[in-house]
Amino acid sequence: MDKPFAITLDVGTSLANKTGSWRVDRPVYLDRMPPCNDGCPAGENIQGWLYYVEEGDYEQAWRRLVEDNPMPAIMGRVCYHPCETACNRAKLDEAVGINAVERFLGDQAIEHGWSFGFVAPPSDKHVLVIGSGPAGLSAAYHLRRMGHAVTIYEAGWALGGMMRFGIPKYRLPRAVLDAEIERICALGVEVELGHKVTDVPEEMRTGGFDAVFIAVGAQLGKRAYLPAGDSAHVIDAVSLLHSMEGIEPPSLGRRVAIYGGGDTAMDAARTAKRLGATDAVVVYRRTREKMPAHDIEVEEAVEEGVLMKWLSTIADVDFDKGRIVIEKMALDETGFPQPTGEFEELDADCVVLALGQDSDLALLESMPEVVVADGSVQVGPDLMTGRPGVFAGGDVLPVDRTVTTAVGNGKKAARAIDAWLRGERLEVPARHELANFELLNTWYYADAPRTERARLEVARRTSTFDEIVQGLDETNALFEARRCMSCGNCFECDNCFGVCPDNAVVKLGFGSRYRFEYDYCKGCGICVSECPCGAIVMEPELA
Amino acid sequence: MTATQKVKFYQVGSFAVGNRLLEADQRTVQADVSRNNTITSGHRACQGCGEALGARYVLDAAMRATAGKLVAVNATGCLEVFTTPYPESSWQLPWVHSLFGNAAAVATGVAAGLKAQGRGDIRVLAQAGDGGTVDIGFGCLSGMFERNDDVLFVCYDNQAYMNTGVQRSGATPSAARTATTEAVGPEPGNAFGQGKDMATLAMAHGIDYVATATVSDLHDLEAKVERAMEFHGARYLHVLVPCPLGWGSNSSDTIRVARLATESGLFPVYEAEHGSVTAASPIRHRVPVEDYLRLQRRFRHLFDSQGAVKRPDIVGRLQQMANRNIDRFGLLTNEVA
Repeated sequence: MDKPFAITLDVGTSLANKTGSWRVDRPVYLDRMPPCNDGCPAGENIQGWLYYVEEGDYEQAWRRLVEDNPMPAIMGRVCYHPCETACNRAKLDEAVGINAVERFLGDQAIEHGWSFGFVAPPSDKHVLVIGSGPAGLSAAYHLRRMGHAVTIYEAGWALGGMMRFGIPKYRLPRAVLDAEIERICALGVEVELGHKVTDVPEEMRTGGFDAVFIAVGAQLGKRAYLPAGDSAHVIDAVSLLHSMEGIEPPSLGRRVAIYGGGDTAMDAARTAKRLGATDAVVVYRRTREKMPAHDIEVEEAVEEGVLMKWLSTIADVDFDKGRIVIEKMALDETGFPQPTGEFEELDADCVVLALGQDSDLALLESMPEVVVADGSVQVGPDLMTGRPGVFAGGDVLPVDRTVTTAVGNGKKAARAIDAWLRGERLEVPARHELANFELLNTWYYADAPRTERARLEVARRTSTFDEIVQGLDETNALFEARRCMSCGNCFECDNCFGVCPDNAVVKLGFGSRYRFEYDYCKGCGICVSECPCGAIVMEPELA
Repeated sequence: MTATQKVKFYQVGSFAVGNRLLEADQRTVQADVSRNNTITSGHRACQGCGEALGARYVLDAAMRATAGKLVAVNATGCLEVFTTPYPESSWQLPWVHSLFGNAAAVATGVAAGLKAQGRGDIRVLAQAGDGGTVDIGFGCLSGMFERNDDVLFVCYDNQAYMNTGVQRSGATPSAARTATTEAVGPEPGNAFGQGKDMATLAMAHGIDYVATATVSDLHDLEAKVERAMEFHGARYLHVLVPCPLGWGSNSSDTIRVARLATESGLFPVYEAEHGSVTAASPIRHRVPVEDYLRLQRRFRHLFDSQGAVKRPDIVGRLQQMANRNIDRFGLLTNEVA
């Protein structure tokens, strides 16, 4: 022993003392479901693609996005962005402008000519997609990338369905629509225009298809009984919007009444304004609060001078005198409108009916096992109808009739068809637990209000079909993306690595996140409290 | 703000430890995988110890600022006890411990000895808890300031003698329960109007640099250590380090409690040079003092079992103290994004 006085042991490091044995709860990393992803009807991994935008890697962001949705430039214009409604950031300042960033990515892709990458090796299976609206195109895209041969039969003279024949140009310029459809077709999707399917099993036999996806949409405008009967002065909104794609715009007259309260009614009213109507009046039997149209549509319509007549029904028409008779309604205690017996007159040269749409499901008649109820096709959780191999999606289902929901249906159907072609049924994996606002530590996020997209001034809006909402440029798209809080998903801020009093977090390097060193972790939980995005949870230590 | 970096907007602002969107040299020392870990794992501090965290923050930053040429002198206290149970040591730098009250004097001697050996390039940092600073060590510390010895003295303030069982110190806040200021009688807890404000006492010595900081704002703390190491002479850094044991707060709330201390105004974060305040960290989201007090069992006698304020008179006096700090240091005037 050659040690100083009173020293009997060698000096050692405290690393010999494994303080992990103190622990009763252990921190564990996890991914939670961000509310935006949870709210997206198209099943986009929004947090996932914003992550790349934040770095300025727009192409990678776009590639991440199109794994779920092949039409970002369209989405960025027509989606009603339930993601933003769900966004946790709204509780802090304002929701992240996800839709604006999505459009920016979509426009970047068109500008730079990015094309879809990987397509799986051929599967020797051939799938028929009936209808080329958002559901059909989405399904065709995903099936093609999975390696299946895909043929679309479209009854109309152009692809796009309601995106082309329903959504006005001021919301969706046709060059954008064409570019994104073109890119899907470039994957090798076969297209037959003007091919109306009347007998699905017969088409499958003659075409040699292994499965079929029915996505014919809902384009029959519902009619209402008007006392003067159908006349040249009554047109349904679907036909009106459809005819806007023709060479000759329809003539409506100066004073137009639009009957209905949905988004289609707003589209019709705003289209009438642009066609030169001095008065465009929406007649709706209930109140603004009860109106099915999205708020933004109503706001923009009112800005453009569209007038609203709430609690009104059309009781009589007299186009010879250029007027209609309106009966005032009152809501009963159940919120249902009841006639009051009070009448008033309204000048109108024509009435546009926007009372909802039905699907033309004649093509199902030879398949009694495919159940139709209330005008909608009935499907299982994997979107398969009563007939094996026949799937359906989009507006033919009793779902929210938006482009985004249709795109989501298309993706889900593609996965289900792919599974079915392999002799399996689609298993939908359990969702991660939701990343609530309460799980975040928002102290770490800088305060930053959102960037609003510029809008076309009203004077130009009502006279032309120019696009209303302008895009973000690169700097404000980047800024907007960086407002994302990455709810529930680690973005490598190093907080856990920094705040551990016991150095029990190992940083694994860029892209690899972190690991707990449980030999030393005492289980204090500071890392959980200080994780900005709620990506760590404490779990009881098992004895 | 001179001590902290200019606030720029990126995903988590300037407030997280690191950020993949920042250049490496703009991130904190703690974000760096090659940080010194000056207090290594296996130390015996309680779960969620604010002092273990604060000391590592300060020393890792000082090690980077001095390129590893640093000696630490330690007063008696928790920090000394939990890092060096014989024969183990958690220290990854040259480290000296002598007595409870003489850390400043020992540090003066170390600095003088190094200078005599021509090793003035090696810097000296002395550290103590609030007891070793404001009470027992005050005489030696005041002398060190008065002589302007080249030492950075760091006080890790957990507001009582925690190591010996939570007895009151000169830094214990008014109304706080400790083992020697029981929550009984008409004026429960520590008396009002006593105690020492060590940072302003240090400023009164006119030394080069005085700063306060907490474990809740790492960027600010590291910037202050770095700034302090630019001076040669006596410097003082006062770091608020919550103590889950003595304060009766959850171990997971250590940083949150420190943050609420500053956001309520009870603990002003500022820096001073040559006796004058040069910058104060503004409050981002002001909170009433009860938000801070409620998380700590040492103030539980001010609240009922539902968490409602039971002693508005006492809470009101504490709020007045916070308000005075806010006015004095202009904590609400300096808006940042």
